Amino acid sequence: MDQHIDLALVSRKRTRRWVILLTGLLLVFTISIFVGRYPQPYLMPPRLLGQDELARQLVLALRLPRILAALMMGASLAAAGNVLQMVFRNPLVGPGILGVSQGAGFGAALAILTFSTIPLAVELSALLFASLGLVLSYLIARQLRYGGWVLRLILSGIAVSALFAAGIGLLKYLSDPLTQLPEITFWLLGGLWSVTWREVLLMLPFVTIGLIIVYLMRWRLNLLSLSEETAFSLGSRMGRERALLLMGAVAAIAAVTAVGGVIGWVGLIIPHVARRLFGASAQLTVPATILMGAVFVIFCDTLARSLRPGEIPLGIITSLLGALIFILLMITVGARWKP
Amino acid sequence: MDLPAGSISAILGPNGAGKSTLVHILLGILKPSSGEVTISGKNIQHYTRRELSRLIAFVPQSEYTAFEFSVLEYVLMGRAPHIGMLQMPTHDDLVHTLEHLEMLGLSNLVHRSVLELSGGERQLVLIARALAQEPEMLLLDEPTTHLDLSNKGRILSTLSNLAERGVTVVYTTHDPDSAAMIAQFLVLMKEGRVLSSGTTQSVLSAELLTETYGVPVRVVQVDGQPVVLLENHGG
Repeated sequence: MDQHIDLALVSRKRTRRWVILLTGLLLVFTISIFVGRYPQPYLMPPRLLGQDELARQLVLALRLPRILAALMMGASLAAAGNVLQMVFRNPLVGPGILGVSQGAGFGAALAILTFSTIPLAVELSALLFASLGLVLSYLIARQLRYGGWVLRLILSGIAVSALFAAGIGLLKYLSDPLTQLPEITFWLLGGLWSVTWREVLLMLPFVTIGLIIVYLMRWRLNLLSLSEETAFSLGSRMGRERALLLMGAVAAIAAVTAVGGVIGWVGLIIPHVARRLFGASAQLTVPATILMGAVFVIFCDTLARSLRPGEIPLGIITSLLGALIFILLMITVGARWKP
Repeated sequence: MDLPAGSISAILGPNGAGKSTLVHILLGILKPSSGEVTISGKNIQHYTRRELSRLIAFVPQSEYTAFEFSVLEYVLMGRAPHIGMLQMPTHDDLVHTLEHLEMLGLSNLVHRSVLELSGGERQLVLIARALAQEPEMLLLDEPTTHLDLSNKGRILSTLSNLAERGVTVVYTTHDPDSAAMIAQFLVLMKEGRVLSSGTTQSVLSAELLTETYGVPVRVVQVDGQPVVLLENHGG
């Protein structure tokens, strides 16, 4: 059958894209280790690692955990964004819905205001309130008596996000303008400047479990993006499958947001680019978003810490590049990839 | 009422007669407030979701999707009842899918986006996906409603061919002619009740149709096939 030749060609093209993606990740990861502002701006000669104790310490204790955190953050936000878009059958939703991001922001601001001296207080409080945001969205959605399940969840997510956003406003108003307010603001803009191995270890279990669930269930995700009656007639146990996938996605989002703050655009834009390259099936887009998200955030974070003597908040750079890519995607809509 | 295995049955009635509700009950999405639905003598509520999806495949009237799946990816989803929750489609699943696409004459559309299909192609793709489930019964909700004459003919002859291969076909329609053309059995519905059911010849009478649709109609035979005409009011 001639389709077999055809399919082989498609899979060959896709294999080439996987190789490019994996090489890209390795390359960005490696280069990022040597980019920074020591001993001079931009590039550290690799041989310095063998000679300079300070350079070695810098790489092992600061740059490496930070790059790993960026990798986890990008992979989590992008893969979770893909899950949310397909479960909610809406390519325009992102991790910002369901109250998770705003909940994390509120939790962090509250911790900065009340017990900022306790180690990990900000991260744990952000994690707690991110989960609370999701639980609240879910409970309110169950109380709504109109619309389908998806619409109810989105509506209650918007309401819960607004509630937390108002809370953040109040906390900012109450905070000390010289010490606490800048910290809250900087945290809300998002960044990985404070990451050490401790934060990496805090994120790791949530991100790993979340992404493993999403990865294993990736083909089922396709079914959930169809109408409810179709998914039902295809034998999908939607309630259970949806809950598992959302739990995985939210665990990953909550953990990376707790450490790195609210980072916009990654979860929205990367799934779109992945679909352009690999088609709509989540069987391919889930691993693609994991790799592409990691590359994107490592790249952005490297810029964030090396462009200027001071740190540029990561959220600003991801938003800037993300919005530019979004515009590019929209105006090149005719240039879509065809197998 | 009984829907005989291996034949074509049409559920006929005006808009709002309860056809879609009946479809949802047959699918097991809704529970009947009284009575029960049985397949091979077993209540469908006692089948697992997976068992049921291997028995009955559903073809919706239309289906919205926000994502640009290729026809192949879309039809491959019909293999879901045969693929575990944590598994991926195998090469066999792919082969099955391509066979069904070829059977329905869709081989040239394999890589086309489902968002770019015409109405008739889309309906055929939905049927291909349902066939990929390898069901014993195909349940279609208003399969010809939005189609032009040639596509309507194409879908109806496809359904006829499937019945000849042993698939039980059940479809809803509000158009008596679509029912008369291929259905051997007819269920006539009005306001949530079954008015009559039986062979097409026995059910498709002027009196029953007049009662169902609330307008005077005449049933004439053209080449041995019943055709429903509206009575001329103006004279």
